Amino acid sequence: MGHSLTSFPLQASYFIATLLLVLGLKRMGSPRTARNGIVWAGVGMLLATVVTLAYLPGVWNFTERGSWHRLVLILIALAAGAIPAWWSGRRVPLTEMPQMVAIYNGLGGGAAAAIAAVEIYSGRAYLGSLAFPVIAVTGALIGTVAFGGSIVAFLKLQGWMGSPRISGRHVINGILSLIVLLLTIANIFPSWVPAFGLSISSLVGVFLVTSLILGIIVTLPIGGADMPVVISTYNACIGLAVGFEGFVVQNPAMIIAGTIVGAAGTLLTILMAKAMNRSFMNVWFSGFGDVAAVAATGGPARVMNSMDARDAAATMAYSEDIIVVPGYGLAVAQAQHKLWELVQMLQKRGVKVRFAVHPVAGRMPGHMSVLLAEAGVPYDLIYDLEEINSDFANADISLVIGANDVVNPAARSDKSSPIYGMPILNADQAKQVLVIKRGTGAGFSGIQNELFFGANTHMVFGDAQDVIAKMISGLKEL
Amino acid sequence: MMTGFVALYIFLMAAIAGYEIVARVPVILHTPLMSGSNFVHGIVLVGAMMVLAEAQGSLQVSVGFVGVVMATSNVVGGYVSTERMLEMFHGKEKK
Repeated sequence: MGHSLTSFPLQASYFIATLLLVLGLKRMGSPRTARNGIVWAGVGMLLATVVTLAYLPGVWNFTERGSWHRLVLILIALAAGAIPAWWSGRRVPLTEMPQMVAIYNGLGGGAAAAIAAVEIYSGRAYLGSLAFPVIAVTGALIGTVAFGGSIVAFLKLQGWMGSPRISGRHVINGILSLIVLLLTIANIFPSWVPAFGLSISSLVGVFLVTSLILGIIVTLPIGGADMPVVISTYNACIGLAVGFEGFVVQNPAMIIAGTIVGAAGTLLTILMAKAMNRSFMNVWFSGFGDVAAVAATGGPARVMNSMDARDAAATMAYSEDIIVVPGYGLAVAQAQHKLWELVQMLQKRGVKVRFAVHPVAGRMPGHMSVLLAEAGVPYDLIYDLEEINSDFANADISLVIGANDVVNPAARSDKSSPIYGMPILNADQAKQVLVIKRGTGAGFSGIQNELFFGANTHMVFGDAQDVIAKMISGLKEL
Repeated sequence: MMTGFVALYIFLMAAIAGYEIVARVPVILHTPLMSGSNFVHGIVLVGAMMVLAEAQGSLQVSVGFVGVVMATSNVVGGYVSTERMLEMFHGKEKK
């Protein structure tokens, strides 16, 4: 407690800022208003930041020696945070956006923990009722665990870290959780623990570091395919942590915006998991690899038919109706622009080309629509799963680019498959299937795909960018 | 100064509002909306600045400083990434 921000202009500005943040978030939920939703929220955030800065106690006193030093320090901190984030956010290709969201998100959790730490160091957290230390310390715990986990999510999506199987990880998790719980209680009642010879500041330090490690360990075994659900969960957690610390520093904008993100993020996590046909509990308490590893070993090796990129281009040029199924391989190869060029050439030859986008194509729900739109593909060529699935049977060719699990027929028929029941695109029903794929390996889930062995399937091996470039030059020569 | 119960009511109402906000969101907006809500919890910046302004001694000041840096990254990075993703929806309303 003890932060007195009670002046009328300040409170009124917080009110408007909070309203803008909430309405902005609401507008982001509909395609028509999404773009100005972020602008509304941005204006709200700017207002809250500027007004807070203007009313910070003590720092605007230029007559007293040294008090403006603090203002300079705050401005330096703002610049030190803003410049790298702006630079990286602008520079990173859209395909790598999910991991950037993870890291920016995690830093918010770190900030919530930092607020709690200073409130504890200064003793302000213990001045009021017991609710204050309880909420301050709980918020710090949630924020720090989510921070640690977000770092792991970033490293995994960036491809800098795999999913190591730590033997006895449940035991390690259990012991670590117990230690964190004890440290949480110790921080809430610091007067109980002088016996250990620890000062309150080192107690907080140990608590935060241990929580960070817990967040890292808990997230380590979760496979990369489940990272969207993980990031979304941590997003909700950090919203809650911000709401908690908002109560501790008595800031209504933080309480409301933080809590709304906590609730909205929780529901969003559940919706995302559902769209990916994963249950929330499954993601957190079992590894995707556990089931998949078993499935991948079964079955004798069979032969795939392969086809040269130029031949594939010629086949497409003389067909009438093509449905393109883009997947993560397209995104990784950054081939969306080249693909659109190829499609335009086919259209000039009178071929009807449509795009079938699976809800979870790419790395996250909705990711592929964003990438195609970036390349300039008109929205009316992009079809959802329900809209186009019955059309595959009439299509001459389905061109599958770097997609695997979302076109795996096992999801329809094989009850033992880990992806059984997931809605898939019926690419296998087209008269002919062309698959651009880097190698013969299994998909992200580790499951072998029957589609690739089909009699009407031809594999065009290679990086999507190279293959499509070859197809374009093949078309030019026809 | 908010008493516990007033805060609890605010908390409850905000949670319901948050739930309502995403109850009917199309799948294509899941990722941008997650990024957008990530930006919104960047409001933690105002708390971090308040705390740094009143921090005493080098330990509090350093932790407060790191807090402001992290919160600002959340705000700026969250805004830029959301804005870039949503840019793609410009003028491409379906049919």
